[in-house]
Amino acid sequence: MKIVTLVKHVPDATADRTFTADNTTDRAGVDGLLSELDEYAVEEALKVGDAGTDVEIIALTMGPGGAEAAVKKALQMGADSAVHVVDDSLHGSDALATAQVLAAAVTKIGDVDLVLTGMASTDGGMSVVPAMIAEYLGLAHVGFVGELTVSDTAVTARRDDDAASETIEAALPAVVSVTDQINEPRYPSFKGIMAAKKKPVETWTLADLGVDSGAVGLDAALCVVREVTKRPERSAGSVVTDEGDGGTKLAEFLAAQKLI
Amino acid sequence: MFELSAEHEQFRQVVRDFARAQIAPHAAEWDRKHEFPVAVVRAMGDLGLFGLTAPEEYGGAGGDLTSLCVAIEEIGRVDQSLGITLEAAVGLGIMPILTYGTAAQKDRWLPDLVAGRALAAFGLTEPGAGSDAGATATRAVLDGDQWVVDGAKQFITNSGTELTSCVTITARTGERSGGTAEISAIIVPSGTPGFIVEPAYDKLGWHASDTHPLTFDGARVPADHLLGERGQGFAQFLATLDDGRIAIAALAVGCIQAMLDASVPYAHERTSFGVPIGAKQAVAFQIADLHVMAQAARLLTYRAAALRDAGAPAAEVKQAAASAKLYATESAVTATRIATQVHGGYGFMEEYPVARFYRDAKILEIGEGTSEIQRLVLARGLGLPVQA
Repeated sequence: MKIVTLVKHVPDATADRTFTADNTTDRAGVDGLLSELDEYAVEEALKVGDAGTDVEIIALTMGPGGAEAAVKKALQMGADSAVHVVDDSLHGSDALATAQVLAAAVTKIGDVDLVLTGMASTDGGMSVVPAMIAEYLGLAHVGFVGELTVSDTAVTARRDDDAASETIEAALPAVVSVTDQINEPRYPSFKGIMAAKKKPVETWTLADLGVDSGAVGLDAALCVVREVTKRPERSAGSVVTDEGDGGTKLAEFLAAQKLI
Repeated sequence: MFELSAEHEQFRQVVRDFARAQIAPHAAEWDRKHEFPVAVVRAMGDLGLFGLTAPEEYGGAGGDLTSLCVAIEEIGRVDQSLGITLEAAVGLGIMPILTYGTAAQKDRWLPDLVAGRALAAFGLTEPGAGSDAGATATRAVLDGDQWVVDGAKQFITNSGTELTSCVTITARTGERSGGTAEISAIIVPSGTPGFIVEPAYDKLGWHASDTHPLTFDGARVPADHLLGERGQGFAQFLATLDDGRIAIAALAVGCIQAMLDASVPYAHERTSFGVPIGAKQAVAFQIADLHVMAQAARLLTYRAAALRDAGAPAAEVKQAAASAKLYATESAVTATRIATQVHGGYGFMEEYPVARFYRDAKILEIGEGTSEIQRLVLARGLGLPVQA
């Protein structure tokens, strides 16, 4: 079984986030890592193999030069090989263009049975790319999966929402996005880190994929970010000193904020 | 310029992430309760930490001493007890069996030890024999096809956990022609009748690590449990000392780094006379010293490990290991004293981790060769006619 896991290289969420002059995320000036939510997709792919199915796992990413760090982490966890789509004209691509490029890469990889992704990236957080890829590929899509069983011909997936749990079956090939409830991603072992050095990483350009560079990038984006405003600095809280009337003062504060 | 490889640095990040997520939030509680955290030790096994230096045929990573030092430093940076648990399990539990064991002994013990499903201990120290290991009084007498072991061991790490599968001990198995003791190593499986694990010690620090006195009262083990050559027990032990010293130095580096980790933010947060205490030279300069100690100890430690990994001559490794162990552990004690002082009254409270590290640090200058023994090794290496 051939499984492609989509992995995104994102700025470290614990560091300051900055934007470049065209309001796109600054990916050059910051430390990046594999989007944590994609680790669950990699783990789920590895679990299919652990369960006894003969799997080939390919980690696929699209992004600038540094994005190779994301596929590296996937390879260290246990993926077999990786594909990195990198092209200067991809800068500023929106979700639709991203999906188009990734779908083309999945097609070029060929004979893929299952595409596994995280439920969102930890930077953009739109959650739309998996469904868009499925649409481009003409495959079934099951999103926000909390439990997954994979057979030779189909996936059985459980989705939990506030009101109900749904169990959905989809024929393979399919695109499945998974939540952070589905598993506990493994840490790469030293053995895995050393083994990853020898695993193949292919680099593809838009020309390799046959995608028109005019259809992607900032100029072709259907939605663009016009302005970015930093969240205001958190102001110091007010301290209520209890001089026997602490309860009253708290109530007054809450009333003033129109919270009660 | 001396740097670790990219792979070692990536592995460091993995262990750091693991330690922050799985260990750091619970370290104070395990310390307070004197609890050996079996579940997290197993998780360390799943991460492959116990098998770092073991060959792949036993499930190991086939890695080097440097990778083990990286793991011990990062684990020790949040929890010295778990750092020593890892160090002892590999250096004292696995390494003697791996180095001197027969194929049958390796097949029996190593797969579980390497995976962290089991722990082995090493019993050398006795009530009357510490740095002077030649004074071993525990006896093993061959009775037919069995060794009968009588005696006592003390301060034995990992000897009484629910994961412990065996203890390798040194015992007097006869006398040489010159009247000196013939000392051999013997593997005693946990649960052997007459092998008694006494109640755990009440220690100053390392509360979450497992340390017991052991009593042997006619404990019988098969003759083939002899580890290595008869009469070579002491020499075999000496040959593995340098690795252990480098690993303890790595644990000390973790301790120093932890003091830096704790002191820098505290010096920003805590204000005194209207300014952060970090604005006072008396505090800031002390923290600058912590930084230098961490750097210097780390360089000595990883250089010693690199020499060992590169197969440098034994005499050179011995000097490098003794230098690293001596400097890193004495600096760790100094660093905990400085960090506690930086924290003022709070440094004396268990609410802050510096108090735990202050208690944990002292043993680093004592275990696996005291500072005095390191100085002895170094002085002799310089050709001085110094006496033990």
